[in-house]
Amino acid sequence: MAKSAPVKKAWRYLAWLLVVIVALVGLNALGVLRGEGSWTPKLALDLEGGTQIVLAPVLQDGEQVTSEQLAQAVSIIRQRVDASGVSESEITTQGNQNIVVSIPGTPDKATLQRIQASSQMQARPVLLASAAATAGTSATDASGNPISTETPAPGDSPDAPALSDTPTTAPTGPGDVAWITPALQDEFDKYTCSAGATGEPDPKKPLVVCDTSQTEKYILGPQEIAGSSITDAVAQQETTQTGATTGSWAVQITLDGEGTKKFTDLSKRLFGSQPPLNRFAFVLDGAVITAPSMNGLITDGRPSITGGFTQESAKALADQLKFGALPIGFEVQSNETVSATLGTSQLQSGLLAGLIGLILVVLYSLVQYRLLGLVTVASLVIAAIVTYLLITLMSWQQGYRLSLAGVAGLIVAIGITADSFIVYFERIRDELRDGRGIESAVQHGWKRALRTILASDGINFLAAAILFVLAVGNVRGFAFTLGLTTLVDVLVVVLFTHPILTLLASTKFYGEGHRFSGLDPRQLGAVYRGRAQFKAPAQDAKGKQAKSSREAARRQTIAERKAAAQAEAGNTADNVSAKSRKES
Amino acid sequence: MGTFAQLGNDLYTGKRSIDIIGRRKTWYLIAVILIAISIIGPFLRGGFVFGIEFTGGSQFQVSKVENRDESIATNAVASVVPGQTPRVLLVGTDSLWVQTEQLTDEETAQVKTALAKGFDVPEEAITSSFIGASWGQDITRQAIIALIVFILFAAVVMTLYFRTWKMSVAAIISLFHDLIITAGIYGITGFEITPAAMIGFLTILGYSLYDTVVVFDKIRENTVKGELNEVRTFAESVNLAVNQTLVRSVNTSIVALLPIGSILFIGAFVLGAGTLRDISLALFIGVLLGAYSTIFVAAPVYAHIRSGEPQIIKHDEKVRARREAQKALETEEDSETSSGAIKA
Repeated sequence: MAKSAPVKKAWRYLAWLLVVIVALVGLNALGVLRGEGSWTPKLALDLEGGTQIVLAPVLQDGEQVTSEQLAQAVSIIRQRVDASGVSESEITTQGNQNIVVSIPGTPDKATLQRIQASSQMQARPVLLASAAATAGTSATDASGNPISTETPAPGDSPDAPALSDTPTTAPTGPGDVAWITPALQDEFDKYTCSAGATGEPDPKKPLVVCDTSQTEKYILGPQEIAGSSITDAVAQQETTQTGATTGSWAVQITLDGEGTKKFTDLSKRLFGSQPPLNRFAFVLDGAVITAPSMNGLITDGRPSITGGFTQESAKALADQLKFGALPIGFEVQSNETVSATLGTSQLQSGLLAGLIGLILVVLYSLVQYRLLGLVTVASLVIAAIVTYLLITLMSWQQGYRLSLAGVAGLIVAIGITADSFIVYFERIRDELRDGRGIESAVQHGWKRALRTILASDGINFLAAAILFVLAVGNVRGFAFTLGLTTLVDVLVVVLFTHPILTLLASTKFYGEGHRFSGLDPRQLGAVYRGRAQFKAPAQDAKGKQAKSSREAARRQTIAERKAAAQAEAGNTADNVSAKSRKES
Repeated sequence: MGTFAQLGNDLYTGKRSIDIIGRRKTWYLIAVILIAISIIGPFLRGGFVFGIEFTGGSQFQVSKVENRDESIATNAVASVVPGQTPRVLLVGTDSLWVQTEQLTDEETAQVKTALAKGFDVPEEAITSSFIGASWGQDITRQAIIALIVFILFAAVVMTLYFRTWKMSVAAIISLFHDLIITAGIYGITGFEITPAAMIGFLTILGYSLYDTVVVFDKIRENTVKGELNEVRTFAESVNLAVNQTLVRSVNTSIVALLPIGSILFIGAFVLGAGTLRDISLALFIGVLLGAYSTIFVAAPVYAHIRSGEPQIIKHDEKVRARREAQKALETEEDSETSSGAIKA
């Protein structure tokens, strides 16, 4: 027997569902094989135990934190936390201004201090530079780029000539080597880059410091230009004087008015000086991020740093220069610790609650929809599998962590997901009441139910998306699972529930509307013909005859069935017309 | 099931009909009274009770305690900071939380030691947290922004989908009805408002509109051109739609409430205070209200605000004129017509 079009389509949809599930499993397996993923989702602190610190920026009135500043602050704080030896920390933004640091265990006071300190970027002149004791001698600039024309070649940054006897006359400016006292020289000689940063350097004093790659150490003069003078820094392709691009990358800096003036002075002094005195360094978080040499007189406040950049490395340096400073101080807004045992008991209780809820929903569906309820159960199971895989995948790919609020979102979603099936089943029943055959009722009911499901899920998803974008903290975890399950709901209803019902409608049990199928037209009183007119109740008027004709109808083609339905309508038309005569 | 499905049939065909739209003044009155109580009640009781996340303070979680005597906690805190009366919450089966005003780091360490001694547990079993007062303010501000943005978006989306702003307005009126009454219940009963409860409130937004959209979709279907025939007035068509979706509304609400109820049960009786209880309580109240308000607020309001349209008035007059003409049948509503048909 040739399969009908809806049945073929149903199989195709089910195949797609299989493809989706297999793809999700496959992706996840890939993650596990590569040692990055796992078969279980990562848990948030409230379930796993640990400390969560919320940092809020200290702002003056009317000040705003831009999202770029915040993102940069996150990466700076991440570096700081990592530097303090805490592993598996997680730093995220919250709302539009807070930073959340999640650390397993309890951090000590020093770590806390380190995390929240603010920092300024400073441009300082180089007084002395040498290869760091702990590193090789290969010359790279501070951001790790090999240096070509504008920064000193290996030979240009030799160990400084002996300066230990330099008298301690008052230095005339930041670039004066008179800053180098014997004591400072001594500190410099003993300095190893592994010592790490020591707080925020005083901008008025000289500084002994390494670059971020720990390959070179410097004595720097006091600050000449504050990092806040940099209004912009972009990575762009170098151009020749005729405007043609050379293909190599440069970082173009733009300074504000005051910065331009200072840089012009700096440029005049440095240009043509002996190395390393022709260099200046950008210092951030106690390390030199770059220390280029002055290769020309720059008076327009638009210096550019060149030399062996790739597009990525130029962009990285530009971002560091632009947002590198953490000009905003942060204060600890909350510091919550959850013990691992409490987390575990919360998770267990949450799962238990979910299980109880699911069982109750299953029982209720079976009572309400008889064996049709099994479709609900199967759909919920499929939805659960897809959701679980997605969350696991997300926690690998996006670092998503399931929190207790997220678990609550999932449990609440059971109800909303099941509602789609209820809407659909009720539609099918409506169509049956309208007097359609079961197979056509499934198809017609589907068309109308899908609209409703999409509209209502759309509103739900909108709520979840807005909460996710705008809300903070726990609310996001909740909104995430709610939004995710809404999407899964649509997927399952389209690719599973409807195809399965289509297939079931072609079986004897459901197609004939068995008493326990939940689709029994007799029980549903299929008496309703058209939407405003009524035909005589089939079960009263015909009884047995109706049953046998239904059996016959099942064996007919669609066209035959339609014809038969029309004929049947004709039979009852007497009733209708009699009624309408009475009415009019 | 038989009887419930039978009810579904009767409601669908109009054989049985619950007159919801017609009695809209009753529902309005109930809604106004409930909202008034929800606004005045919390003030009479002394305002909302906010959780530590909103007030700020320090919190100690003591786990694996055998003797959960609150006075031990009170004494421990008083021994370090005289005059402080902590709030003690029993959590789960063997833990308790001690909440105080914000303490210094030193005081925190001392209280920790005192608690460990008092409850005879190792100090590692006690975790301390502190929450700045601005934390709760931030959450509230973000929540209010989210609320406003969501309502604007939802209003636009619904207006586009239903092709009438009047459905949007009716849906959003019922949404406010739900939010105000849920907040009122919290205020009157003194349930603590925590961030988790806020999550619950915000979810009510989605759920309340979700439920309304399902019912309004049926209303729209029953009242589009061609469907709106001369048998029923506009209000009656709306009423039929509400009746036709009533079984679905009841089933959906029950299915949604079952899992929420189970979290509430586990949260409240097994875990005690905490995220699960707070979320589920707000949701439980919200879902009940959402289902109620869709039927008894959103639908009547919609029928009401459309009733002034010239087209609707004209249509309704036509229907009434027709009815006058068939007085012989003494049928005021087609629902009765249908029951007649079934008896025939």
